Amino acid sequence: MDFQVIVDNFSFLILQGFIGFGPFAGGTLRLAVPAIVFGFVLGTLIGLARLARSPWISLPAKIYVEFFRGVPLVMVIFWFWFIIPALLGRSLPEYSVALTAFVIFEAAYLAEIVRAGIQSVPRGQLEAATATGLPATSMMRYVILPQALRNMIPALVTQFIVLLKDTSLASIIGYVDLTKAAQIVNNREIRPFELYLFIAIVYWICSYAMSRYAGRWERKLGTDTA
Amino acid sequence: MNYQFNWSVLWSGQTGAWLLQGLLVTLEISILGWLLAVMLGLFSGALRTVPIAPMRWLAAAYVEFFRNVPLLVWMFFWYFGISPLLPQVLRDWLLEHGAEFSAGVCALGFYHGARFSEVIRAGIRSIPKTQFEAALSTGLTIAQAYRLIILPIALRLILPPVTNETLNLLKNSSVALTIGVAELTFQTRQIETYTAKAFEALAAGTVVYLALCLAIAAAMARIERRVAIPGMISRGRTGGG
Repeated sequence: MDFQVIVDNFSFLILQGFIGFGPFAGGTLRLAVPAIVFGFVLGTLIGLARLARSPWISLPAKIYVEFFRGVPLVMVIFWFWFIIPALLGRSLPEYSVALTAFVIFEAAYLAEIVRAGIQSVPRGQLEAATATGLPATSMMRYVILPQALRNMIPALVTQFIVLLKDTSLASIIGYVDLTKAAQIVNNREIRPFELYLFIAIVYWICSYAMSRYAGRWERKLGTDTA
Repeated sequence: MNYQFNWSVLWSGQTGAWLLQGLLVTLEISILGWLLAVMLGLFSGALRTVPIAPMRWLAAAYVEFFRNVPLLVWMFFWYFGISPLLPQVLRDWLLEHGAEFSAGVCALGFYHGARFSEVIRAGIRSIPKTQFEAALSTGLTIAQAYRLIILPIALRLILPPVTNETLNLLKNSSVALTIGVAELTFQTRQIETYTAKAFEALAAGTVVYLALCLAIAAAMARIERRVAIPGMISRGRTGGG
């Protein structure tokens, strides 16, 4: 076992692979952060649509969620990787394909979190807001969503951890994230044990730190409402 | 858009046989991975609740390390990282019997074992402590109390989250294509490569996954109803996930 390979390629693995600075369009964080932000926006819209009274709005949202939750992410990535060129007649860069696939896939899971968060707000709040004469959109914006968002934070952090781990799958279409960077180095150095153990530790540090944070927040919420 | 649909590629030539083979491999790797995951999950989940600290720490270390690292990295780790370290005899045997399949089963089993472990721990935690104390006071040992009292109740309570995890495992088995296991997604891609009909090939694979997920969710819902402990289970919606 020889961990010199990690030291020699540290900046390539971390700067290029994990963060996204370097000659390739890549980076685990550069994919994960925009994916969770845009995914949350789309997920909020779908989550709200699922709660709509009219079945014309809630049914398509339900189908969207159930469809994407029943299909493997690898399959969804392939959909975008093969279908976009067929539709547009030209191929898009890996980054755009991966980001689109992740936003659309994650939105299904985030929609469920948003829906649960909104449903966790006590009914009395909604009735009180109605009684003060607020129109429906202001009620959502000023009364329900701020409280719902606070309840959602642990689940959102957990989903971000899932997303961060899932971005490793973008490497199958050639996006240079941390996993692909390790593969590239391994092709040259043939040190699989050391390299894959190293990136496992990098992923682990990020995920574990965030899951501790989510756990603390959850306990805080528990004591606040109790 | 000038894409020409040609659905007949799905049943002409070898493609049908490929899809079927892919489905069988997906089921095979998922079932073996599931068995390994449930065994590891039961064992480590139960260990995390016993009153012996070093055992709890060991189980916690396993869970926290395995579930916080991407499955894809585990696939590479088991396939490229671990196999070269094995003795030559074992390596030769593995090469003849599908090294990538065994690595895939290990990766799926250990990763989802850690996730099952959390589900099982939550189930055991939700049983009132008095049940355990009552079991001990009747003269059962700790191991007997777990086997005869705690686990039978906990296993029924956790069926809905177990269904979810089972579906996750099935969907995650598609990651095994990265190390060359010829499962459903792999075969879907192969059909795409041979016929250049991306839409039809991916649609076929997607429909098979959706059908599998719906079938498992429906079967588990039946089992949940059958074994429900009256008054203890809130009948929630499962599936998806």
